[in-house]
Order: sequence, then structure tokens, then C-alpha cells
Amino acid sequence: MSNPLARLGDTALYVLEDLGWMTNFFFQAILGIFKRPFRFLELLRQIKFIGSGSMVVVFFTALSTGMVLGLQGYYSLNRFGADGFLGSAVSLSIIMELGPVLTALMVAGRAGSAMSAELGIMRISEQIDALQCMAVDPYRYLITPKFLAALISIPLLTALFDVVGIFGGYLAGVSMMGVSPGAYFEGMRSSVTNHDIWLGVVKSFVFAGLVVWICCGRGFFVQQIRGAGFGAESVSRMTTQAVVLSSISVLVFDYLLTAVLL
Amino acid sequence: MSENVIEFINICKSFKRKDGSLQHVLNNISFTIPAGKTTVIAGGSGQGKSVTLKLVLRLLDADSGSILVDGEDITAIRGRKLNQLRTRFGVLFQSSALFDSLTVFENVAMPLRERTKKSEKEIHSQVIEMLARFDLAGHELKYPAQLSGGMKKRVGLARAMMLTPSIMLFDEPTTGLDPVMTGEIYHLFARTQRQYGFTSVIVSHDIPKVFNLADNVILLNHGNVDVFDSPEAIQWSKKTEIQEFVKTTMGEIYQSRNVETETL
Repeated sequence: MSNPLARLGDTALYVLEDLGWMTNFFFQAILGIFKRPFRFLELLRQIKFIGSGSMVVVFFTALSTGMVLGLQGYYSLNRFGADGFLGSAVSLSIIMELGPVLTALMVAGRAGSAMSAELGIMRISEQIDALQCMAVDPYRYLITPKFLAALISIPLLTALFDVVGIFGGYLAGVSMMGVSPGAYFEGMRSSVTNHDIWLGVVKSFVFAGLVVWICCGRGFFVQQIRGAGFGAESVSRMTTQAVVLSSISVLVFDYLLTAVLL
Repeated sequence: MSENVIEFINICKSFKRKDGSLQHVLNNISFTIPAGKTTVIAGGSGQGKSVTLKLVLRLLDADSGSILVDGEDITAIRGRKLNQLRTRFGVLFQSSALFDSLTVFENVAMPLRERTKKSEKEIHSQVIEMLARFDLAGHELKYPAQLSGGMKKRVGLARAMMLTPSIMLFDEPTTGLDPVMTGEIYHLFARTQRQYGFTSVIVSHDIPKVFNLADNVILLNHGNVDVFDSPEAIQWSKKTEIQEFVKTTMGEIYQSRNVETETL
């Protein structure tokens, strides 16, 4: 295809086709919740993998982010004699922005890549075909438990991030820099509203959906995606693409949600 | 059940190449697969052998034409009807397609757990019986990665047989096996078919060996199809490309066929 206009049209058609697969994939995964038998044990296994397996990385990311925010915030606010606002600055940044975003990015890197690779390998080794040949719905069997587990785990991990991050800010600001503990917590109490917490919760649910949708979808359609290649190479490429796409989507949707809901 | 269990009527299937052009894999082909017999689908690489099986299972959709299974057109069925169709088939994949994260027992039990309402006790006894039938007793708790190639095929066959299908599809079933194991696997197929009486469709490039099992042969060649009532009938074809195929792949079949079928 040498004509640039034809190439552009072909690419546009392919993008639409890809979006079609992914949209169908999303709704099939949701429909799987209502199909029987429901795989409750698999759901628990996925919660363990996505949720409890990501706790360590989320804990350390939150602690480090909170401590950096505490130090940076202290140096900035102290210039204006406003270090009493440190608790407010740290908690608002973490609850509304950094908690949901960084948790989703960490889960995309750790669990999302693994889910994408697992499904990609199942696809190229004909395991998904085998499920279909046994008249087992692969969406209900493989995807729905992962979707539900992510929707349960990521908001809880975000809550963990918020608590640990605020504690990290306390460690840096109060224990190390000498800000008054009362001022830190009072600043947080007086500035964080229910709306701010609600915004963080909404974001964590949306990001959870994005991460699990994109990561599972890229693995599931590994043989249909243009330029993916074949065999093990296609799985590695799609795993990378899954993490990159889901991370970019989280950042783009973070802006959109903030603009709409703030 | 109709005399012909599967019928392909004017089936076309093409795939889009990277440059946007179409590669016609099956070009208006028609053939029938008789009930209770073993049909071998043969042909060189990329001639559409596995595509043919995937069309029957509706893992792929044909561009045009009809596929009848027991007289029913399956080309447009969906949902529950498609699931009902698929439970009539057992499939042994080229790679065995065992679920890596499940044990041998769990792999074989899966069709019963997912497609029937049997109790765990019933499932357990049925799976143990099936594993014993395929010489897999004592391997229940192993994972696929701990099995040899031949054992994986046997587990795959045991799993495919759990819902007692009326049609068994074998996609390159001996790929990656040594000649001794290949012989053993074909021996097992013949024994299983005698026991269960299903219709077999075998896609294979392992021509001399697999033709010992064949009642009839479908030869795919550059999108076209030639049907033969017996493997021997291929040698009578006047077509140059088929004569070439006979020369390169079937040199010793006629000497070995009678001897080997007696032992199967």
C-alpha cells in the first residue's frame, strides 16, 4: 500500500476494528458476572495476586512519595512561614491525585503485565481455543474474575497508599523537620472534604477498570493485533504495549476526571 | 444421524496480508466427511488444513458458503446453539493445549465441572477411570510441564473424550513426537475409536503413518480440494501436483499399510 491516504484509511479502519474488539471484550467480561458457574475461588486467587501481592510495592511507593512530599512541602511552605499547612498539602495531593494514580501505575506494572502475558501465552498455546471447543465461555472463565478482583483490590490498595503516604509525610514533616503534629493533623482534618475522598475513590475504580481492561485485552487478542509478530515475541510485545497503554490511559483519564469532577 | 456427518459446501476463506491484499486459503471447496469413519485431511504447509478444522468448530468464520453438521447449517449459529454444537466435538490440539496451571486431574475434570451438573464424587470416579484407560493412573497430581510429549497427548485425548463426543478432530496430533511415540499415539487413536465409535477427522502431515488409519482422504492443494475414497486411490489421480505429492510423501505406504493395520 504505497498511497499515504490509503495507508491512513487502512490504519483508521484497523484502530476502529481494535476498539470494536476491546469494547466487545469489556462487555463480555461484565456479562460474565451473571453467567454460571461463578468462579468464586478463582476470584479469591486473583484478589490475592492483584491485591495482597501488590501490597509491598504499593506500601514502599506510598511511604517514599509521602516522605518526599513532606520534605518538599516543608521547604516550600516554610519560606512563607506556612509550614502549618503541610498536613493539608500532603493529604490533599495524596488522596486526590497521587494515591489513585501511583497505585494504578504500580498495579499495571506488577499485576497487569503478568495478566497480559498469561493470557497471551494461553492464546498462542491454543488454551483459549481449547476452552471454546469445550463450550466454556473464556470471558466468564478467565477474564471476569480478573476484572472483579481488580475492581475490589485497586481501591483498597489506593486506601492503603493514602494512609501510608500521609504517614510518610508525617515522618518527614513532623518527626524530621519539627512541624507540630497537631498542626499536621488539624490541617488535614480541616481541608480534606468528603468530596475529595469521593474523587479519589471514583478515580481508583476507573483506573482499576482501565488497567485490567487494557492489560487483559492486549493479551487476549495477541494474535489479532497488527504488528505484534508471532509466538513468544508477540507475547512480550503485547505485554509491553499493555503496560504502556494502560499507564498512559491512567494519566489521561486522571486529567479528564479531575477536570470534570473537581 | 445423516450418512455424512460434516459437509462443506462452496466454502471460501481468505486472510488479509500485511500489504492489504488477500490470501485465499480455501477457494470454493466442497467435500463431505462420512459418519463413523476416519477421514484424513492432508496437504502441504499453509494449505488450510488447520483452518478447515477451525471452521468446523467456528473458531473462524468462513467468508462464504455453508458448513453442515448432521444436516444443520452451523455457519451463522451463536450463543447456546454454538455451545451445543461444540459439545458434540472432541478436539486434540497440535500443542495438546493443556491448562498449564491445572493438574492432570483438573485438566481432565474440567469439561465435566464446566458443562455438567455432576457431583465432585461422580466427577472424581469418572476422571480416575478415564485416566486409567489412557495409562495415566498415578499421574493425577502432575502439572503439564512435568509430562512427556506423549503423555500430554494422552491427557489431551482423555480430556477430549470426557463428554463422549460423536466427532473427534485431531489437529497435527503427532507433531513433536519421535517415530516410536507417533506409532503409539496412532495405535491409541485406533483403539479409542473402536471403543467409542466416533467419527474421526485427522489433520496431519505425517502421511505414511496416518494413512494407515484413514478410510478416506481429503487433499488440500492451493485452495482447492481433492477427495479420495481410500488412501490408495490417490495414486490413480491424473493431476501432476497429486502425482508429485504421492512421489514425495507416500513412497512406502502400500507396502506397510496391510501389515500395520493388522497390528492396530
